[in-house]
Amino acid sequence: MLKTERRGSFMGRMLASEGAVSVLVVLLGFLVGTILVALVGKNPLNMYKAILQALSGYNIDNGKMNVRYIGETLNYAVPFILCGLSMAFAARAGLFNIGGEGQYIVGLTVAQMVALLGPQIPVFHWVLALAGATVIGALWGGLVGVLKAKFEVSEVVSTIMLNYVALYVSRMVCLRLPGATTYKTANFPESALLTNGFFQSITNGSMLNHGFFLMLAAVVIYWFIMEKTNLGFGLRATGFNRETARCSGIPVVKSIAVSMAIAGAFAGLAGGIVALGSFRYGRVLSGMDNYGFNGIAVALVGNSTALGTMLAGLLFGMLKNAQALMQGKQIPKEITFIIQGLIVVFIALRSAIAMYLDWRSKRQLQREVLGK
Amino acid sequence: MNTFFGMIPSILMIVSPILITAVGGMICEKSGVVNIALEGLMGVGACAAAAAHVLMEAAGVGLPSIWISLAIGALIGVAFSVIHAFASISLNANQTISGTGINLLADGATIFAAQILFSADRTREFRMGMQTDSLGIYPTAYIALVVVVLAWFMLYKLPFGMHLRACGEHPHAADSVGINVKRIRYIAVLISGLLAGLAGGCIVLTQTIQYTSNTINGRGFIALAAVSFGRWRPVGVTFAAFLFGTAQAFAIIANNFPALKALPTEVFNILPYIITLIALVGFSGRNYAPQANGKVYVKGAS
Repeated sequence: MLKTERRGSFMGRMLASEGAVSVLVVLLGFLVGTILVALVGKNPLNMYKAILQALSGYNIDNGKMNVRYIGETLNYAVPFILCGLSMAFAARAGLFNIGGEGQYIVGLTVAQMVALLGPQIPVFHWVLALAGATVIGALWGGLVGVLKAKFEVSEVVSTIMLNYVALYVSRMVCLRLPGATTYKTANFPESALLTNGFFQSITNGSMLNHGFFLMLAAVVIYWFIMEKTNLGFGLRATGFNRETARCSGIPVVKSIAVSMAIAGAFAGLAGGIVALGSFRYGRVLSGMDNYGFNGIAVALVGNSTALGTMLAGLLFGMLKNAQALMQGKQIPKEITFIIQGLIVVFIALRSAIAMYLDWRSKRQLQREVLGK
Repeated sequence: MNTFFGMIPSILMIVSPILITAVGGMICEKSGVVNIALEGLMGVGACAAAAAHVLMEAAGVGLPSIWISLAIGALIGVAFSVIHAFASISLNANQTISGTGINLLADGATIFAAQILFSADRTREFRMGMQTDSLGIYPTAYIALVVVVLAWFMLYKLPFGMHLRACGEHPHAADSVGINVKRIRYIAVLISGLLAGLAGGCIVLTQTIQYTSNTINGRGFIALAAVSFGRWRPVGVTFAAFLFGTAQAFAIIANNFPALKALPTEVFNILPYIITLIALVGFSGRNYAPQANGKVYVKGAS
């Protein structure tokens, strides 16, 4: 009797801890993904070999080590983490930012414009391009905040609309950039690239670049604004209870607009970093890159905390890096998308845990009352 | 003007699936559940229909293959919408998160299935899609018409429709007079899955010859926009779907009009989204949306 009760309380503690639930959700996603791979007659072990190699650079089949894979995983994680911070920042203020994708796209577009048309001064060039990406992302997100605060337009609907507006505006702009064909522009000048020689040399020539520092800075800034400033306090208060916040003198309208603007800035920066850090040319997008949408998953897994979002983003970066390796081992790379989708669906089911805990505490209370 | 009349069949071809999906989305939101997974549901329906049609064509099933494929697409749409229904109705999950999850899942599941079935990131091409009638109009236009009329009849002329609307406006009141809110919301979500899956099949069998990751390309979100812009009413949603579908059609065929050639085609792609944003600003302060739309219903809690 005593034993079961103790086990029950351990499980209760686990389920009440958001971090533990996130781990559980991720494991569940992988479990179902593994079963699916096995069901279609492939060897799930190959999937994990690919993941191990993406994570550690160690190829278990031939025993060779290549640190380039670690560099690539970190590099892929950068936009996931930044888009995760975008979603998370809005979420802490009680908003659902599905618009990370659009904010990412406008950031990417402006970075490409500055890269091709801006002054070719070393360092200044890419700094200017990324600053432009961040500012346009903030404006794009801030617009959603204003629509929400002033006109009561649901941010869920307006961000979905603005995602596609961003996509097509980006196409219109990029098709008119120098040397544009139907899918790419001319090559960027050297001064616009984020290439970091030091990172390249220690990671055996991976794509890891200046964007990594900026991501780390963004994580720190996120943590600082949220936990240490009045602004962050006001935003969190707005997220907890809008009416109470209003009554305590927190300017709710401004809070909503500002939080969406800062959220947009993170996603815009992500777009800029991908634009200047992945290819030597600008891209004319024909569809979504999906970093913004996956940012939603990243923030949800990370419980909208700075550290959690970073860890979740690393997980997603690792999965993305593992895709090519999986494809080489006859595992369709889309399994990673399925796992990511499953993780979000399972997170949606987190409310079930709350229902279960509620039911359990009620039952316990009942038992205590009846017992005495 | 003649060119415009000549375009009507193509406009109908593009409008029909958007309208079918939007009607499903409207029924779903009328019952109080927001379904942003329409995009993903269209995707799984389209992929299933395309795959089924290719396989049946190869097996020599012949003419019925088209209709069986459409039905399979619709059923797969239902199957995926069960996830949304279970999460958001039975387990009180956040409807936006669950919808986002299904959209991401659909992206992966469709191409994964294509990889397994056809060893490529798209379904194999089928030889013959749906055929037009003597007026040059695809049967999907008639399907859309039937869907709209049935939806209107169900929502406004049958007791079930009144109960469904009550669940979206005031679920507690509906519950208090003996309406089973959860059951009705389940049915509404499954209907939206059925229609989105069907519409996905319609797209793939009329507008293209295979399913790729670009087949749906935001049309589920356009349908979602049509629900809001159409003020959650059958007539309004139909009008919105026509407007948005025509804009989409112009993006493809604007080249036929010398006057429109100067405009970038993207302008037409953007129109539905911009119009909806402006309309939503204009609607502000007026309660067109179902009152309990998107809110979890917990029995007893108020």
